[in-house]
Amino acid sequence: MAKTMVQKIFERKIESDVKSGMMIIVPVDLVYVQDGTGPLSFRQFEKLEKDSLAFSENTAIFLDHAAPSPRKELSNDHIYLRTMASKLGCKIYDVGEGVCHQIAIESLVRPFDIVVGADSHTCTGGALGAFATGMGSTDIAVSMGLGKNWFRIPESILIKLIGKMPKYITGKDIIISIVKYFGSNGASYQALEFSGDIENISIYDRLTISNMAIECGAKVGIFPSDEVTREFLEKNNRFEDFKELKPDPDAEYIDRLEFKLDEIEPMVSVPHYVHTARRAKNLKDIKINQVFLGSCTNGRLEDLRMAAKILKGKSVAKGVRLIVVPASKKVYLDAIKEGIIETLVNSGASIMAPGCGPCVGVHEGILGDNEVALATSNRNFRGRMGNPDSYIYLSSPLTAAASAITGYITDPREFDI
Amino acid sequence: MISGRVIKVQDNISTDHIIPGRYFHLRSDLKKLSEHTLEDVVENFYEKAKNGVILVGGSNFGIGSSREHAPIVLKMSGVKAVVAKSFARIFFRNAINIGLPVIIVDTSKIFDGDDITIDLEKGVLRERRDSYKLNFPPLDIRIQSIIDEGGIVNYIKKHGDISFEM
Repeated sequence: MAKTMVQKIFERKIESDVKSGMMIIVPVDLVYVQDGTGPLSFRQFEKLEKDSLAFSENTAIFLDHAAPSPRKELSNDHIYLRTMASKLGCKIYDVGEGVCHQIAIESLVRPFDIVVGADSHTCTGGALGAFATGMGSTDIAVSMGLGKNWFRIPESILIKLIGKMPKYITGKDIIISIVKYFGSNGASYQALEFSGDIENISIYDRLTISNMAIECGAKVGIFPSDEVTREFLEKNNRFEDFKELKPDPDAEYIDRLEFKLDEIEPMVSVPHYVHTARRAKNLKDIKINQVFLGSCTNGRLEDLRMAAKILKGKSVAKGVRLIVVPASKKVYLDAIKEGIIETLVNSGASIMAPGCGPCVGVHEGILGDNEVALATSNRNFRGRMGNPDSYIYLSSPLTAAASAITGYITDPREFDI
Repeated sequence: MISGRVIKVQDNISTDHIIPGRYFHLRSDLKKLSEHTLEDVVENFYEKAKNGVILVGGSNFGIGSSREHAPIVLKMSGVKAVVAKSFARIFFRNAINIGLPVIIVDTSKIFDGDDITIDLEKGVLRERRDSYKLNFPPLDIRIQSIIDEGGIVNYIKKHGDISFEM
């Protein structure tokens, strides 16, 4: 029978036929936590009274949400996680290494893997052809203790991306358009499988698209692993990790959609939901106080490079703060080598240590009352950036950079890149 | 059987609504964390909920983060069950894992302050004076058995493993 990508991944694991809707127990390939969900995960793991992790080499801890720690309580959480890492022999990526999902895709996630992380944006790994999905702390504790977990095999929705990526349009504009189409739960419990002219979609755009699949409720947003995937893995010295994944041509989908890339415009999510989105060009009266360039959605080298192209030789508007957070140490070092960091600092940016930055309202750039932020991160829920009396808009790095210069939400097509 | 007074909230309640990121530093002190449950949504929620309530939402309850602290603080602050038209996937699973009942039913007839009882086994939600009675499909028996054990950690400790052959 013809199979979707998701079905193929599960079948390879259990070596027998699977159907969407089935509940099955399967081994997982990678389990990870971050400093916000990790302490609870390890406390739940301790309650299971297991002496060791099922696969210590495939279990990872990331200190990224409060990194460096702004408070003693969080520093104590970090101490606990470091202690657990050394006691149980799992991997730990300490303060300054970067966001969990970025490091996972640089070093750990492989096509066909089943990846579970105690963070909802674990679905980023779908860009490499993995079944990667976010879970809560107790589910992660179960996965760490037993090396497996239960899954309901999701139905898949086929999304065909047609045509070439136009200049000024990024993965962020595509995924905001898709989330707007579905609403916040239009794809709940289901998998988005991307197809069409995907050879035209770079790995960086794929990562942004997969990252935000959760914003319309999807369990995973998965791309085929193809030559683009192979090139990315090889660039990261991971020649052995490539395996081709593609769906069978007549696989069964519960829905099929087409998005024409040349019809997509620079998009902005307006407060307080991701799916409430409008064209950037129609929001030019919105004055902004802060721009955040970074996060697991858009803190990669390409993102910083695109923003720097717009900002080169220009300054951010008076009264606007530009906060830049590279997604990982590798991204940071590459951006320094390319002169991107110098360009951004010259234009007025504050550069923070690799990590989640202000995305979740823990530190670095908490908004004041009635302030407005334009962020390249993935959520704009009320209070997300630390203050329920503030407003968050979401956009691509290009739109964010253009807006930093004018001080108002600005369509990046008004600037040369 | 679960019974209690209803606190009703709107559609799309996110995990940031339930426990905002600004209390991130209290995540290892669940008692203190729970005092801030839903504080941006319902005035004095913690005080109102402490003797036991049933939280009723609209569609897509629990969207957002994987933070399991969200169902935990609801349970700790006195919420006996969450009833909604639909749930976000991760929240739904988290609630089951910690033994907090989650019920999917059309909530448009249920109002703030109503007294309701819920029979999980029969799949019936009833207003005290019977002004409405709503039926919902009982949970999958495998999922119900996790809730019955008080969550998946207790389940695994009792059975030694997870298994669907029950």
